[in-house]
Amino acid sequence: MKRIQRRRGLALAASVAGLGLVLTACSDGGDGGGGGGDEAAATFDCADYEQYGDLEGKTVSVYTSIVDPEAQEQEASYEPFEECTRAEIEYEGSREFEAQLPVRLEAGNPPDIAYIPQPGFLRSLVQDFPDAVQAAPQSVIDNANEYYTEGWVEYGTVDGTLYATPLGANVKSFVWYSPSAFEENGYEVPTTWQELLDLTDQMVEDNPDIKPWCAGIESGDATGWPATDWLEDVVLRTAGPEVYDQWVNHEIPFDDPQIVEALDAVGGILKNEDYVNGGLGDVASIASAPWNEAGNGIPDGTCFLHRAANFYQANWDEGLEVAEDGDVYAFYLPGESEEDKPLLGGGEFVTAFSDREEVQAFHAYLSSPQWANAKAEVTGQGWISANSGLDRELLQSPIDQLSFDLLTDETYTFRFDGSDQMPGSVGAGSFWREMVSWISPGQDSQTTLSNIEASWPSS
Amino acid sequence: MTAIPPTTLTDRTEADTRKVPRLTRAEQRAIAAKGRLSSPWASGIAIVLAILWTVPTFGLLVTSIRPRSDIRTSGWWTFFTAPAATLENYSEVLFGSSTSFATFFVNSLVITLPAVVIPISLALLAAYAFAWIPFRGRELLFVAVFALQVVPIQVTLLPLLQQYVSWGLAGSFWVVWLSHSIFALPLAIYLLHNFMKDIPSSLVEAARVDGAGHVTVFFRVLLPLLTPAIASFGIFQFLWVWNDLLVALVFVGGTTDVAPLTVRIAELAGTRGSQWHLLSAGAFVAMVVPLVVFLALQRYFVRGLLAGSVKG
Repeated sequence: MKRIQRRRGLALAASVAGLGLVLTACSDGGDGGGGGGDEAAATFDCADYEQYGDLEGKTVSVYTSIVDPEAQEQEASYEPFEECTRAEIEYEGSREFEAQLPVRLEAGNPPDIAYIPQPGFLRSLVQDFPDAVQAAPQSVIDNANEYYTEGWVEYGTVDGTLYATPLGANVKSFVWYSPSAFEENGYEVPTTWQELLDLTDQMVEDNPDIKPWCAGIESGDATGWPATDWLEDVVLRTAGPEVYDQWVNHEIPFDDPQIVEALDAVGGILKNEDYVNGGLGDVASIASAPWNEAGNGIPDGTCFLHRAANFYQANWDEGLEVAEDGDVYAFYLPGESEEDKPLLGGGEFVTAFSDREEVQAFHAYLSSPQWANAKAEVTGQGWISANSGLDRELLQSPIDQLSFDLLTDETYTFRFDGSDQMPGSVGAGSFWREMVSWISPGQDSQTTLSNIEASWPSS
Repeated sequence: MTAIPPTTLTDRTEADTRKVPRLTRAEQRAIAAKGRLSSPWASGIAIVLAILWTVPTFGLLVTSIRPRSDIRTSGWWTFFTAPAATLENYSEVLFGSSTSFATFFVNSLVITLPAVVIPISLALLAAYAFAWIPFRGRELLFVAVFALQVVPIQVTLLPLLQQYVSWGLAGSFWVVWLSHSIFALPLAIYLLHNFMKDIPSSLVEAARVDGAGHVTVFFRVLLPLLTPAIASFGIFQFLWVWNDLLVALVFVGGTTDVAPLTVRIAELAGTRGSQWHLLSAGAFVAMVVPLVVFLALQRYFVRGLLAGSVKG
């Protein structure tokens, strides 16, 4: 096995801490970067990278919405590819990604590769810039078919052509709780929707001065999105995945009676003054509580349950242990029955805007298990992939392992976040706004959904 | 809400004029204004306003040295009853990125200095021509330049970027320098032109009679008089460019070898906003340079700006 003994003196590579340094004797001392990837010590064999060829002197630019500190882990995960093929990856992350990408495409200045977080956005890009978005090459198609389930491949496909492959994934059907608080009170993790409601009633009865649920949907100019996830999760449970697909694709009206019923079921928790809003106020406070702080009531002891995705773990105070026997953990938001297991999630998709050899090679690398494993090795917590070649043991956080288990377990029916698939004016517009109005000032379910239906673009 | 008794005021002014009998009307007005502004009431109000104005910034400063869990659970004023200070936020802001902080800092300087010098140099020449060189269509052209100020920069972003891409400039410092110069020129020309017009024409004519050409008049007569105006516009432009995020974001994106400090600050909160507690520290780091520039040059700021824009 040939280990790497070479290190390029590139400042960019040098500043990506960790990875290469562990392997190489001759560090160039230019390591000015911080510690995101310090725990990283990926081992790799360049024989596995021969398929990508020698790409010395070639550069691939990557543009994403992933910024520090996660960006450091991303860059660290490209290191084996860079070392073996000698290509250079220029990483660029921006929180304004979604606004800037169309601008750059319009101006004729696209990145080589972009990570697009919504299938709906991908579809509109393919429609608006048919010449800029490149169809996936054969090597990428093979990887996609081999390592991803049909559903995931489908999200990157527009009109029968595969454009994008999944990169990371996340699972949203989680309820965060405190294992120690559950143990003290003798609560069991519920396995059906009814048990969840019974548990909530039990909590109200046992602790009259505590509201069991805490929730928050404030998120800057994206305020409202956590509430859309709530509705999507419940539609999957009360109406089922088939109706969910029809609803997302607008084959049934947005305000179909089944959706109204689902929203009322959400209201049964989020608009119930006995259930919310633990430690934060009344129902209206949900609209103003920041989503990434709303769960703090769990360690503080002011609430028991907080529905949020696996990536919520980055928001817990650093001192808290995220584990099944730790300070906080999450259980699967149960379905109607124990056999009924829908799973809501999301992810980003690798899209290429160039068909140069090195771009295709890098795209193929990103869709391979090699990359997924390299990424898992350099990531502390908060990242999983739906790639079936990913080695579960490499994931370092228990909640990531649980998320990966659910994603790859075939008894769970996975569905992609609906608002990410809808047209932007709905999925990132009226849906968010109307859900805020639904919480505060408390617009009723039928009006809320009818307003969104009215805003659906006609074409 | 000024509760200054007018009678006292008149008395004082009259007393002043009596002591110094031969004063022009302008001087009398100046003394009256001074008396009005230096009354204890006015000073008191100014101090109260200054304190009110500073409290949020002070709160930001206190927040920036508090640990994350404290920022989350309580307001900054509780710092005084339960002090817990940390420099962790600052070290994360300065060293937490994969690109060293110094890179962004240097980028900001490299962007700002030419983006201030270029428009001022060009605007000085243009303003001189508009003010002292008669040519056909001068007024029309001046109005056209003046009118350019109403074009919002947002509508120019995309066409400009397309142009830069076709020139092969995208992703370099040139695009930022050019863009900032373009956006600054109309206002710069207008301000400097008005200032130059204020200079008595007899001064320029006297120089002409002595045989001075345009170059001599510009460098030997006008430029020394223009220093306050140049300095004030310089500060203006410096602050605008240093604090700019929009132009930098659109034209250079997040490319780390060109991106300025503001881009880094904007990314501080993290992909999903979980690092928001760093923002107050980041704001203070970004504030240091403009604060120094403003304090060093502020006397020009007020004087020069009034001189240039208000004719009379």
